[in-house]
Amino acid sequence: MITGGIPLSDVLLASGALFVIGLVGALLRRNAISIFLSIELMMNAANLTVLGYAAALHNLEGQVVVFLVIAIAAAEAAVGLAIFVALFQHTETIDVNRINLLKW
Amino acid sequence: MRALLDARLLTVLVFLPSAAAALLLLFPERRAREAKILALAASVLEFALSIPLWTRFDLASGTFQFVEKANWIPALGITYAVGIDGVSLLLVLLTTLLTPVSLLYSLNHVEKSARAFSISFLVLETGVVGTLVALDLALFYVFWEVMLVPMYFIIGIWGGARRIYAAMKFFLFTMAGSLLMFLAILYLAIRYRSQFGGWSFLLSDLARLTYPTMAVQTVLFLAFAVAFAIKVPVFPLHTWLPDAHTEAPTAGSIILAGVLLKLGVYGYLRFALPLFPDAALRYAPWVGVLGVIGVVYGAFVAYAQKDMKRLVAYSSVSHLGLVVIGVAAFTGVAMTGSVLQMVNHGLSTGALFLLVGVLYERSHTREIAHFGGIAGVVPVTTALFLVATFSSIGLPGLNGFVGEFLILLGTWTSNHRGWAVAAATGVILSAIYMLSLVQRVFWNPLTREENRRLPEIRASELVAAAALVVPMVWIGVRPNDFLDRLRPSIEEIRRSAATRKAAANPSPPSRVTRGISPTQVFTREETVR
Amino acid sequence: MTVALGIIPALPLAGFLLCILLGPRLGKSFVTAAGVGSVGLATVAAWTRLIPYLAGTGMPVVERIAPWISAGSFSVDLSLRLDPLSGLMVSFVTFVGFLIHVYSIGYMRHDETDAGYARFFAYMNLFLFAMLTLVLANNFLLMFVGWEGVGLCSYLLIGYYYEKDFAAAAGKKAFVVNRIGDFGFLLGIFAVFSLFGTLDFDGVFTRAAAEPTRFAPGLTVVCLLLFLGAMGKSAQVPLHVWLPDAMAGPTPVSALIHAATMVTAGVYMVTRCNVLFRLAPQAMFVVAVIGGVTAVFAAIIAIAQTDIKRVLAYSTVSQLGYMFLACGVGAYVAGMFHVLTHAFFKACLFLGSGAVIHALGGEQDVRRMGGLAPRLPVTYRTFLVATLALSGIPPLAGFFSKDAILTGVFAVHRPILFAIGLFTAGLTAFYMFRLVSLTFYGEPRMTPEQVNHVHEAPPTMTLPLVVLAFLSMVGGFLGLPEVFGERANRIAAFLAPVLPPVFLPGRAEAGHALPPSTEWLLMGVSVAVAVGGLLLAWKWYAKEGGRPAAKLAASFPAVYALVVDKFRIDELYAVLFVRPFEWLARMLWKVVDVLLIDGVLNAGAFLVELTGDALRFLQTGNVRNYALTFLLGVVALVLIVFGFGGM
Repeated sequence: MITGGIPLSDVLLASGALFVIGLVGALLRRNAISIFLSIELMMNAANLTVLGYAAALHNLEGQVVVFLVIAIAAAEAAVGLAIFVALFQHTETIDVNRINLLKW
Repeated sequence: MRALLDARLLTVLVFLPSAAAALLLLFPERRAREAKILALAASVLEFALSIPLWTRFDLASGTFQFVEKANWIPALGITYAVGIDGVSLLLVLLTTLLTPVSLLYSLNHVEKSARAFSISFLVLETGVVGTLVALDLALFYVFWEVMLVPMYFIIGIWGGARRIYAAMKFFLFTMAGSLLMFLAILYLAIRYRSQFGGWSFLLSDLARLTYPTMAVQTVLFLAFAVAFAIKVPVFPLHTWLPDAHTEAPTAGSIILAGVLLKLGVYGYLRFALPLFPDAALRYAPWVGVLGVIGVVYGAFVAYAQKDMKRLVAYSSVSHLGLVVIGVAAFTGVAMTGSVLQMVNHGLSTGALFLLVGVLYERSHTREIAHFGGIAGVVPVTTALFLVATFSSIGLPGLNGFVGEFLILLGTWTSNHRGWAVAAATGVILSAIYMLSLVQRVFWNPLTREENRRLPEIRASELVAAAALVVPMVWIGVRPNDFLDRLRPSIEEIRRSAATRKAAANPSPPSRVTRGISPTQVFTREETVR
Repeated sequence: MTVALGIIPALPLAGFLLCILLGPRLGKSFVTAAGVGSVGLATVAAWTRLIPYLAGTGMPVVERIAPWISAGSFSVDLSLRLDPLSGLMVSFVTFVGFLIHVYSIGYMRHDETDAGYARFFAYMNLFLFAMLTLVLANNFLLMFVGWEGVGLCSYLLIGYYYEKDFAAAAGKKAFVVNRIGDFGFLLGIFAVFSLFGTLDFDGVFTRAAAEPTRFAPGLTVVCLLLFLGAMGKSAQVPLHVWLPDAMAGPTPVSALIHAATMVTAGVYMVTRCNVLFRLAPQAMFVVAVIGGVTAVFAAIIAIAQTDIKRVLAYSTVSQLGYMFLACGVGAYVAGMFHVLTHAFFKACLFLGSGAVIHALGGEQDVRRMGGLAPRLPVTYRTFLVATLALSGIPPLAGFFSKDAILTGVFAVHRPILFAIGLFTAGLTAFYMFRLVSLTFYGEPRMTPEQVNHVHEAPPTMTLPLVVLAFLSMVGGFLGLPEVFGERANRIAAFLAPVLPPVFLPGRAEAGHALPPSTEWLLMGVSVAVAVGGLLLAWKWYAKEGGRPAAKLAASFPAVYALVVDKFRIDELYAVLFVRPFEWLARMLWKVVDVLLIDGVLNAGAFLVELTGDALRFLQTGNVRNYALTFLLGVVALVLIVFGFGGM
């Protein structure tokens, strides 16, 4: 399928690659903010997938969903960062390896 | 008001204690004494309101009376259906009698969080009465579970040294059984839906079910039976009882032994028998043998105890073993004796726990070795204890004898003469352990100086004890007042089990190689003539 | 005006309630009036009710008071019965009971507090209530009520001095051993019900007599079970062990309960069921053998005992054996006659021993008595009369009743049992006169203060002694043997309606008519044996101060020790029953309950705890671990859903 000149497969490839990069980042990074960025990346990869299909299938609802997701991602980012700030004030670190208050 | 009572007496009886409990929530904590008095007054009112159940009971009818039905959760077929027959009548009266007795006793003995204590007791009473009158299986289950929580608190908060262990044990044991029963109830409801279309949890509806194989019925029966066997308790599922009874506060022990234990046998008679008559009759011999073991085993272990309360707890195992034998023997005489003996046990063991509590509160020990020779110091307590002892060991003239005699006679005339002989040794064994207790506590020389200053029983405790002694004498001298109300209901239970079985299994009775075949159920006693 | 039968037991019941509830507060005079008065009134009521029927006609009278228990197919009423047998029992239970109550006024007055005095009379009244219920009952169940009731009162009265652990233990022992017998009695009652469908005496006995062949096969077991109950209550070997220990109670208790009334309940019961027993000859044989064995066994023990009450206790056991011997050979009349005469002289002996103990300030060991005859004239004379009666010296009561028994045994051709009975008669005379000699003759062997303190008992105590001694003298004339005339045996004529003929096919009832010459010969033999025993005891103890006996004992020390120690039966039971019982109880508790059952449960709980302990290491608190777990989970899920779906 053609989507404004870009083949769908390419779009999916790109978003897939972004997702994997985000996933790897979320698992392997130590800095809490970095993990958060990676999660954002994964979310955007998903967005891209949705957009790709929406364009290919000429579906407007898909594009609206993307707006929704972006808005929610922003809200979530705000909350998440607030938690991290509070956590930092408590533990003086945002290295996830060193935050284990729920340890047995 | 009158109309409300006339039409909805059972509902009032079920929920009155909870209403009083709700009222108690408004009391501030520092008004503990007023709270206790209100709770006592509510329970006395409950008892007074239960008297019309007795006086207006139809002696000729064996089916349910004072029935009330209302839709509760129609989508699931759960109905609010309540009613009593002779069996539940006696047990409800026992409950409404023992609750004020326990609260009266606690008036002077529970100080810490007295308001919470009273509330627990009242909620417990709601649960028990509800369990006894429910005719819908889901409703029954709800009330059954409602009983657990306050009892857990009563043992766990106001109990003795090992109260947490005892409370947990009690709770987990009972819960495990209840869950099994719950699964069985769900299965029954689902099966009803597939057989008849539409949901229902009513006992009368579910009793019409048939089962694909005997194995299915057996599993369901066992699920119910185990739940009830834990409650009774039947050997070897009894070990929660000594801990729970010993660690519970005196009032808790009175209610636990007096009332809660009976619900196991009650559940068996009310639900397990009508729902699964084939399985019940087939496995009755197992139940009977366990009962015999319980009688003898409980008596021996009771003798070995050094703690007064534990001794009385094991005596309960022994007594209820006899009740179980009567139910398993399945003759009219034996089953009537069993139900009466349940009431008798509630009275006599309740009195024993009360009096042991009296001694404990004053000397802060339950060790038998600590006492001795106190008969001269506390003569009234001694006299009451003797009456309770002789009621417990079945002295004719008191209540225990009537129940014991009927159970043993009924068992002798059934297929199971051996059970009667083995269980009759209980009369020797119970004399041994109870009189040994009496001797070591009240007779013998008084060796400890501090016992010389033991205070005598107080007025409130005396009234509570007397409230138990009077029925003991009444049942012993005029048992027919009680037996007349039991007879039609027991006959109804037996008749419906026998005819249902005959209808469901048209195959010849020779298939039933153990237990009692339906034709024998009625001819066994008639051929005596 | 006829007194209702129910009044007779109700009066002592009222006395019990008055004494126990109001006695401690209102003092000894009130208790005396209520406790003794109630029994006196009951005696009057009983006799007024009985006198119209003394001619022997008009009975049985049945009064149905109320329905009692009905459940299923079982139903029994509260109903009382006055017939020759129960009438006979009621007559002396009330009268002798009354005499003993009067005696107790003096005996218990000084030592006891108001509360103790009230308690004593309350329990004595309750006892009479239960005993009268037992005797007047018209069915097995009501009889059982009275049966257990007297057991209860026995427990309470033996343990009256509860501060003494020996007394408390003796009370418990009595109750438990009685209960072993009651176990048999209960099973017997069940068997009666399943055989006959009813527990009413009329129903059972008429049916049994009407269809003997139908019922006879099952009756052996039934009768043996019933007899087990009788063995417990009437202290037959091997269930006799409670009676000697029961002497720990106050002496009037021993007189009333353990001599005159309660222990004879077993004989009464067997006689009441004579229709059943006579259809079960093997059971009767067992009864006779046990009776005979008990009689001689207890008599042997009695000759070596040194406590005055214990001699009398073993004597009671022995005489009860005689009564069962009579029943076992079918001489029911003789057995009941002996019950009656035994009540008179044994009560007299016990009350007399009480007077001696009272005079000596509590001494009960005969080795420390002696020389009391001149100092306690009334006590001595009544004691001697009763002794002679018990020994079977004519024309006192015991001679006629014992002779009737021996004649009965002889008539059914049981030589061994006859020999045992005769030998026991000799022993009886011997040990009784030994007792008299050691207590009343010779030089005083007690302390000088006791000698000074010795005084005759007050009239409340001596009067009953005199009355009972008198009855022991003339009571025999109620049952003169046939050699004195056809209608000389009035008691037999009176009891005849209770002993209807029952015939097993092929066996007629043994005719009890012996030729007069044989009767005279038997009488002569029994007198000779009794006199022989008396003379031997007199020679050994009164004349030679016990030296020949001591020499004999020294020659066979082991045998003597065994006899003194009552053949060590109690010790045997301790080894055979008591200790294994306690061991079993402890083992069941510690091993089965605690170790096995609770062990399994607690192990289960421990396993849950252990699993939790292991699993908690999964909670590292490290977010990255959790994320990895998420990923693995998702991958696994995808594989499962799409992987298997695709395959």
